Amino acid sequence: MLLSMQGISKAFAGVPALKSASLEVEPAEVMALVGQNGAGKSTLIKILTGAYRRDEGSISFDGRDVDFSIPAEAQAAGIATIYQEINLAPQRSVAENIYLSREPRRFGLIDHAAMRRGAQAVLKTFNLAIDVDRPVAHFDAATRQMVAIARAVTQNARLVIMDEPTSSLDEREVAILFETIRTLKRSGVAVIFIGHRLDELYEICDRVTIMRDGQTVAKSLMTDMPKMALVRHMLGKELAAFQAIAPDAQPAHRPVRLELDKASAGVRVRDVSLAVREGEISGLAGLLGSGRTETARLIFGADRIERGTMQMEGRERTYREPADAIADGIGLVSEDRKIDGIVPDMSIRENMTLALLPKLKKAGIVDRARQDEIVTRYIRVLGVKCASPDQPIKELSGGNQQKVLLARWLATDPRVLIVDEPTRGIDIGAKSEILKLLRSLADDGLSVLMISSELEELLAAADRVTVLSDGTSVATLSRKDLSEAALLGAMAHQVE
Amino acid sequence: MMTTIETPAPQQSGSVSSGNRLLTLASRYGTFVAFLALILFNVAVTPNFLSLQTLNVNLTQVATIVIVATGMTLVIATGGIDLSVGSLMAIAGALAPMIFMGQFWQVESMALAVALAFLLPVVVAALFGLFNGFLVTRFSIQPIIATLVLFIAGRGIAQVMTNGNLQVFKNEGFQFIALGRIAGIPAQVVLMLVIVAAAWAMIRYTVIGRQIIAVGGNEKAARLTGVPVKRVKLFVYMMSGALAGIAGLIVVARNSASDANLVGLGMELDAIAAVAVGGTLLSGGRANIVGTVLGALVIQLVRYTLLANGVPDAAALIVKAGLIVTAVFIQQRAGRQ
Repeated sequence: MLLSMQGISKAFAGVPALKSASLEVEPAEVMALVGQNGAGKSTLIKILTGAYRRDEGSISFDGRDVDFSIPAEAQAAGIATIYQEINLAPQRSVAENIYLSREPRRFGLIDHAAMRRGAQAVLKTFNLAIDVDRPVAHFDAATRQMVAIARAVTQNARLVIMDEPTSSLDEREVAILFETIRTLKRSGVAVIFIGHRLDELYEICDRVTIMRDGQTVAKSLMTDMPKMALVRHMLGKELAAFQAIAPDAQPAHRPVRLELDKASAGVRVRDVSLAVREGEISGLAGLLGSGRTETARLIFGADRIERGTMQMEGRERTYREPADAIADGIGLVSEDRKIDGIVPDMSIRENMTLALLPKLKKAGIVDRARQDEIVTRYIRVLGVKCASPDQPIKELSGGNQQKVLLARWLATDPRVLIVDEPTRGIDIGAKSEILKLLRSLADDGLSVLMISSELEELLAAADRVTVLSDGTSVATLSRKDLSEAALLGAMAHQVE
Repeated sequence: MMTTIETPAPQQSGSVSSGNRLLTLASRYGTFVAFLALILFNVAVTPNFLSLQTLNVNLTQVATIVIVATGMTLVIATGGIDLSVGSLMAIAGALAPMIFMGQFWQVESMALAVALAFLLPVVVAALFGLFNGFLVTRFSIQPIIATLVLFIAGRGIAQVMTNGNLQVFKNEGFQFIALGRIAGIPAQVVLMLVIVAAAWAMIRYTVIGRQIIAVGGNEKAARLTGVPVKRVKLFVYMMSGALAGIAGLIVVARNSASDANLVGLGMELDAIAAVAVGGTLLSGGRANIVGTVLGALVIQLVRYTLLANGVPDAAALIVKAGLIVTAVFIQQRAGRQ
């Protein structure tokens, strides 16, 4: 056993992030570490590498009990981490990056010749013959990643952690990376591979550790774990049973309000078709990294559709900016409230009416009376708990912030509302209330496109669910076909 | 038919240590307290401090800084910065005398020429400001670099226009802006008060004002909420340019001369200092116009106090730097909670 982490617990400000999690890695094996957002993967890795301190538990590496307090200690012990955003100095040469902070010296000066020879030698073991004097910024993502791996190898790493290493690579580059990983294995180095694309996991990994809600829920050989079972372990089942609130019987025909046809953009959205009808909640399901949020951004005009078309209420539209989509009656409650949602220092009042402002003006001046009326109404209807509308939004809890953001769009009286993980970070009680709210809005005629990672949510509230896998819409399930098994099957991309 | 949703209110964080509370107070009212302290100190120490003349001297000296700093506050509120203001002052200051002295066309009606001498330079400065905004929004150049272009080129343009010559003039109509009085108050001070009041009201009551704050507070969220981020940025750089133009006119009118080498020299730093001391975060998302005015007044009063008490101007510069460091330190500490 190369690495053994047992009973690891960690809480942030009283909120548990890890509850007695474990992870074991044998020498020269590739261990897949998978789980949803917030499952605790990165916290566990950060504890291993010394970026966080554990509250409880034990770690042994290479037969010794260890407790790294800073990342440099983990590095010295032989644990290297390759992050998504590769930590290289882009303007320095390949050789300099490989030997960064450990430059070979001669008479107290940097021995450039030795550095160049060493860099060429290590890259040659990965069948890579490149000019080591060129800045790393000149090379593609896969090569940069290999430089980072080469750096790990020259540091005599015994364990290399790769955090979503394929997320920005194309197929050819992924093949090169996998060849590199196999080379590492042959030389006895173990790899922890954090990733979401199932096909890749099955191709390169020997074993898998699955995490959910801060716990390790399954460990298995890759070959003993069918895709369906893996996805079920990842998504799990929440204890709170959602009542089915979507009507079982569908009205005969409801006109399509928003339609996406074979849309694609970049590497994340490759071919997505979906339709949202009048008065329905249309779900958008898929694993992490399947392109759900990116699809929402395309619809909303935050990113451009490169190929394919979009129709809104029967007319073909191309939005250059979110403002165009908003003018057409589309709203988007984004997934990450902090980054894409709230303006933290502004008040609840200002945050709630930000989208509505252009309609709230008389000669450029904000109509304060109407603003107050709207804000007071939505605070009451949605039950936002706050000291006053003038309180900065950053002081509210996650659930209350989410309500303010929902109100931001409801106040614009939208025709289509896109909600990206509407119940993330909200307590169980408020979750089902938010779903009921969305349902009642849909019953009043609003078209809701709901992105969710929680199967129960989709099963309870959606009239229809489109499933994305690796940027492609692989299935659309209507209410009568909707079941946990059907969703899991489509997500694992095993459509019968 | 919406359902009412109940969510428990978040727990208020526990007791804040008294040191932190002091810092919060300092960051909120520190500039004002410093301002009051300086007044009291001067009343006690500086002879003849409580006179109309002292008030007028200080206000006229601070007027141009306040006007430029008001524009700078708007730019900084969006998370940007404008280094070109001093150079734009020089351009406006060079243009105005050329207009009423007939260098472009024969002056037939002096009233019209003076009116144009007020209007055109400000419009030109606004257009240069728009150019700054264009560089920032269209090419995503960092504001400090984008405005560095005109910081360097702007003064050159002013010098080329005037062949580097000093323009000396006497024109009562034009110079009213600096030498005239309205109800006993110097005209430039009245102008300053009008501009400050307008900017304050704009930030507080208008849509564009709220959008400026939103862009600085969270640009991504602002864009996803339909705020025309590019247009908002173009607007603030244009306003900053226009206000710098006005300040340029005041300076040349006050001196009865326009020297492209000197008009507005170092103004960008004075304006940024006033904004920083006034409590507007340089990272954007806030626009404390009143704070900016107080910041400019504090810097001016410190200088006046030292000079009036026989401390050389060079030493005053060091004190000014110390003030900025103190103000930024207090903000950072208070913001870290």
